[in-house]
Amino acid sequence: MHPVTEPVTEPIAGPIAGPIAGPVRAPWLDREPWRVAATRPESHDTVTLELEPPPGRAFSFRPGQFNMLYVFGIGEVPISVSGDPAADGPVRHTIRDIGAVTHALCTRQPGQEVGVRGPYGTHWPLAEAEGGDVVVVAGGVGLPPLRPALYHLLAHRDRYRRIALLYGARTPADLLFPEELACWRGRFDVEVEVIVDAASGDWRGDVGVVPELVGRVPFDPPATTAFVVGPEVMMRFTIRALTRAGLSRDQIFLSAERNMQCATAMCGHCQLGPFLVCRDGPVFCYQALAPWFARREA
Amino acid sequence: MEPATLQRVIDRAGLDQLLAAIARRGFRLIGPAVRDGVIVYDDISSSADLPAGWTDEQDGGHYRLRRRDDDALFGYAVGPQSWKRYLFPPTSVVWRSARDKDAGQDPGGAADGDANGAPDGAAGAGAPMAFIGVRSCELRAIAIQDRVFLGGQHTDPVYAGRREGVFLVAVNCGQAAATCFCVSMDAGPKAESGFDLALTELLDGERHEFLVEIGTGRGADVMSEVAGRPAGRTETQAADRVTEQTAASMGRHLDTGGIKDLLYGNFENPRWDDVAGRCLTCGNCTMVCPTCFCFSITDVTDLAGTEAEQQRSWDSCFTMDHSYIHGGSVRASSRSRYRQWMTHKLATWIDQFGTSGCVGCGRCITWCPVGIDITEEAAAIRASDGATGEEGHGDA
Repeated sequence: MHPVTEPVTEPIAGPIAGPIAGPVRAPWLDREPWRVAATRPESHDTVTLELEPPPGRAFSFRPGQFNMLYVFGIGEVPISVSGDPAADGPVRHTIRDIGAVTHALCTRQPGQEVGVRGPYGTHWPLAEAEGGDVVVVAGGVGLPPLRPALYHLLAHRDRYRRIALLYGARTPADLLFPEELACWRGRFDVEVEVIVDAASGDWRGDVGVVPELVGRVPFDPPATTAFVVGPEVMMRFTIRALTRAGLSRDQIFLSAERNMQCATAMCGHCQLGPFLVCRDGPVFCYQALAPWFARREA
Repeated sequence: MEPATLQRVIDRAGLDQLLAAIARRGFRLIGPAVRDGVIVYDDISSSADLPAGWTDEQDGGHYRLRRRDDDALFGYAVGPQSWKRYLFPPTSVVWRSARDKDAGQDPGGAADGDANGAPDGAAGAGAPMAFIGVRSCELRAIAIQDRVFLGGQHTDPVYAGRREGVFLVAVNCGQAAATCFCVSMDAGPKAESGFDLALTELLDGERHEFLVEIGTGRGADVMSEVAGRPAGRTETQAADRVTEQTAASMGRHLDTGGIKDLLYGNFENPRWDDVAGRCLTCGNCTMVCPTCFCFSITDVTDLAGTEAEQQRSWDSCFTMDHSYIHGGSVRASSRSRYRQWMTHKLATWIDQFGTSGCVGCGRCITWCPVGIDITEEAAAIRASDGATGEEGHGDA
């Protein structure tokens, strides 16, 4: 007798019998028209849209989650919420103009509509990080998905010990939220380090790559949680630097990027080894992701 | 449970009565038929439409119809199609909307009347379908896709609308193709559950009868209108022999022992380079696979740009677009794409959905233009477990 398939986690049901419970509503029909309340250019290629839910629609999200944004006739993309989770009113999404849909989003005008469904995905472990140090590491357009976490950390400052933001961008012109960065930098209870890959002579800040910043801020490794978002190569080297600084894999969280078309764990595009990023992520504990994240073309 | 009351024997005239009884209940009959030199699943009206006297000869990259020396109606293994195309159509419209002309605004997509509907949702599926001649491996494939489209936090209305109430007439396999390995995947060749009725074709000299197992109340209801006789011990034993012989003549074998850890641990096995040297990344294996579920969504507008619809179509992990994100495709090499497909099918699927994604139907072997054989590739990985290429990847 040949060995059979490994036991499944629960017995596989035969084809279903009888009616499917309740009316079935397509996830893409949960999309609602939200009005653009305001737009705000953040850099030469990045725009924040403030989107207003339809009247009577209460929207709440947890830092790290994303919405699917749809432009009529163009297409739909996943965009992390970049605003304050505790704030009422329009919901902020910060979008970099890199393709057909993001271009259409970045050129929306106040009063126009964007189709929105969400929120989807996992969130930053803010409650679990309480009582310890938090190191937030962002590269480029990785800062917007972390900004809601920063708002939360600062709004509940007494629940955390040291808080550090390490942020890198390609050039000074690519830095997002400069006023907020300056404001946070002015506080005595947050360490903010900013670095750029390349700059002209009028830049007086640091030049280099984000992982270099890890050694510049004090934290207590056994009691630290790190949140990391950026290009995959930046995350790899940041994780290496954090690990060298004494953090273990289960103290590091990151947000993974994959092609996402449905956000409902059906279309198959966002597979990352055993994970479906839209369902099991985008925020992962590195402990779980490590065997796959370190592999090329996984 | 009294077997005699759940098993009956009918002849070919009885089979036609059975099909008519199902059709009378409003079902659209879909079953095997010969088209363009292959056996496909298409609309049928009686047993005259079935591939009587035909069988299929299959091997890696090879499929031919051959004449049998009898009039068996189900004397073949599986064709290129599976029931997937009926439950999860190759293309469908999942959303449609019109621009609000008065306000000049773009509807985001709230359902407000007819303009914003799911054209291929539950209402658009048409008459409920009856599948005639579902193989055991295909029943398993349907159960696996049920998990993907119905078993998670979200439900797909296109699939649900088509899936609900489907009448399943299974057929226990009377022969295995050279590409079959359902026994390895614990998916056949006998349909154990999940059917309304299950047939075993009994051919013995002049005799041409079917043993019918009744799986559900509505199956029994249909059978109440069919002339036949209760199955005796001889007939149930004959039916058992049919599937036992089929099980013993599997053309292929796949050792699934510890397969998840095996593939997780062989991400850099040089065998992936070997298969990449043969793989054309055409995606045929994913199209014929009864469980592959990947789809892509494309927006299509009319010329004036006032109406838009989102069209869904089968996608394949063998395309560059499948893993495309800003900056390029995650899986750019054919090595990584074949590895993704096979590792998903046999290993990561278990973590994603709690079951293997393979049912051992062998279609991916037959319809691969260069005859790549998943059982051979899995065996080669097992034989070289732990081998790595010259290049050390990763930095974990």
